[in-house]
Amino acid sequence: MSAPLLSVRDLKVTFAGRGRTVTAVDGVSFDIRPGEIFGLVGESGCGKSVTCRSLIRLFGGAAPSRMEGSITFEGRDLVTLRNSDFVDIRGSRIAMIFQDPMTALNPTMRIGRQIQEGLIRHGRLAGRTPRQAAVDLLKSVGVTAPERRLDAYPHAFSGGMRQRVLIAIALACRPKLLIADEPTTALDVTVQDQILKLILKLRAETGMAVLFVTHDLGVVAQTCDRVAVMYAGRIAETADTAQLFAKPSHPYTRALLGALPALHGKQDRLEPIGGAPPDLSAPPPGCRFHPRCRFAVGQCAREEPPLLDVEPGHLSACLRMKEIA
Amino acid sequence: MKIVFFCLSRIIQLLPVLLGITVVAFLLLRVMPGDPATLMLGSRGTPEDIAKLNEQLGLNQPLWHQYLRFIGDLVQGSFGRSIAYKADIGPLILERLWPSLALVGLSTIMAVVMTVPLAMLTAVRRGGVIDQIVRVVFVMAMSMPAFWLGVLLVLLLAIYVPLFPVSGYGEGFWDRLHHLILPAFIIALGTAALTIRSLRSSIIAVLGADYVDTARAKGLVERDVLWRHVFRNSLTSTISVLAVHTSWVIGGTVVIETVFGIPGLGSLLVSSISARDYPMVQALTVTFATLVVIINLLTDLAYALVDPRVTLS
Ligand SMILES: Nc1ncnc2c1ncn2[C@@H]1O[C@H](COP(=O)(O)OP(=O)(O)OP(=O)(O)O)[C@@H](O)[C@H]1O
Ligand code: SF4
Ligand SMILES: [Mg+2]
Repeated sequence: MSAPLLSVRDLKVTFAGRGRTVTAVDGVSFDIRPGEIFGLVGESGCGKSVTCRSLIRLFGGAAPSRMEGSITFEGRDLVTLRNSDFVDIRGSRIAMIFQDPMTALNPTMRIGRQIQEGLIRHGRLAGRTPRQAAVDLLKSVGVTAPERRLDAYPHAFSGGMRQRVLIAIALACRPKLLIADEPTTALDVTVQDQILKLILKLRAETGMAVLFVTHDLGVVAQTCDRVAVMYAGRIAETADTAQLFAKPSHPYTRALLGALPALHGKQDRLEPIGGAPPDLSAPPPGCRFHPRCRFAVGQCAREEPPLLDVEPGHLSACLRMKEIA
Repeated sequence: MKIVFFCLSRIIQLLPVLLGITVVAFLLLRVMPGDPATLMLGSRGTPEDIAKLNEQLGLNQPLWHQYLRFIGDLVQGSFGRSIAYKADIGPLILERLWPSLALVGLSTIMAVVMTVPLAMLTAVRRGGVIDQIVRVVFVMAMSMPAFWLGVLLVLLLAIYVPLFPVSGYGEGFWDRLHHLILPAFIIALGTAALTIRSLRSSIIAVLGADYVDTARAKGLVERDVLWRHVFRNSLTSTISVLAVHTSWVIGGTVVIETVFGIPGLGSLLVSSISARDYPMVQALTVTFATLVVIINLLTDLAYALVDPRVTLS
């Protein structure tokens, strides 16, 4: 087992605003190894995006008031790293693609220039002209007639094409880690599949690791090597993908799997379980899942379950793990 | 080529609007109490004198007849004759047009020069000291009457510290520029108060856009993110604020023109209205309307320049 590329330990991210504080990520730990696709799954609002954004320190203009814990990447702690050093990592070592390709490209800048920017910024032209470099990148993500597309503006592109362009932008400098926050959720089903295959192909070619966020356990089964299931700002269960599907050990994971359609057809956001996820400004005491858990006992409302080994490499945070598994 | 075609088609589209404006101007003037003959002859005028003068001026004709004559003149490229000045209107207006245009143009440039850096600064450091200072200064500038601000600045920068001339329009390019700086600055303060606020809030909105995160995720430093990705995308609404305000300024500079003794269109309009100089007021209305149409045209061109999704058609 190789040393991790990224090591997140007890990450806690708090937003303060309008008299209430929201701890969107509360004590999350996981490792991503080089070249691995690591899935992050969970219902809406459980803190997946905040986790992703913490790794690259981009919060869409609404920065958190506190970040605790550590994020070790290539020997540096990204929680305490100075902003002026962080800009050198972004794009070159860690890149990110966002959920909605329709809004993630600058509408008033030509596609070619948007692709070239990162290359020029990090000095990765490798003797090519910026134009040639951009053409090469567009080719590698399967955009047809790339020379012609360079001078177009984003509004001339479909959603799938834009996501390809965004992948080209993200991969321009061959990052070691690609953060993909629901890269296919906003796309048509057929296009979703193409983009997934593209990410798999590029991972094979470049050896980058991918943090892959999704709602869709079917997609996880198709793409991820390892997976973490998040609930209400915490990790409920984490394992190799095969282990998770073979031996789901947390009631929440089981409920998610129970909601999985037999065929990987079109699937809406996961809402498998009765009730809604808790308000993160006032999470329930004890196990955060207990108000919705079929297996809950009195102890669950009092005691916080720690993440414990189910089997090697497979951890779960449930007090009744032994009885259930 | 495309631009020329676009401008022509827009002007043709706007002709009916211009025509409508002339009708309104024409009717409004006739509804106002007082008539030019009475005003010109004063209290000495007998009813016979007044009637005779009205006939000379063509004011005893039916309204529609007068209107058609006005339009007929216009089509032939003539504004007719001024009652008060007893001279052709065209050259009179042209002579007053340049000072007004220079004043509005200079003030618009000044406003833009103030707006861009201040809006950027206050948006990026919102809630900070500079943001507060800028807000207070421009709220004060806006709430002070223009004439008062004018007098204040004249006292300060023309009399105590004689940097600028007290009033007048000067001779030659540089001298005129020198004369226009203070009055243009006062107008620009009012404009900038609006445009800074507008641009600042657009910038703040754009700062939260997804594509700004995409830009940052490339590793761009914040300065490049701001100028390459945020700035251009923030401009649209401010362009329209600027256009509307400039249209208003063109006709609304009377106070400044008066305080600074600049022979512009605003003061001509005011004196013509009080003299009930119908032909002159009509001609000025058409002139103002045309200028506003031109500003709108420039605005559309600016939109197309800023946003590639806007096409000229
Ligand atoms: N900038 C912010 N300020 C305040 N609260 C925030 C901020 N960003 C996220 N949150 C809160 O943090 C919680 C987790 O949000 P997050 O976006 O990470 O969820 P998610 O798992 O990505 O959900 P989705 O599947 O809908 O994308 C939510 O309750 C959200 O309201
Ligand atoms: S700890 Fe209790 S409430 Fe939480 S998942 Fe396990 S059984 Fe359910
Ligand atoms: Mg999200």
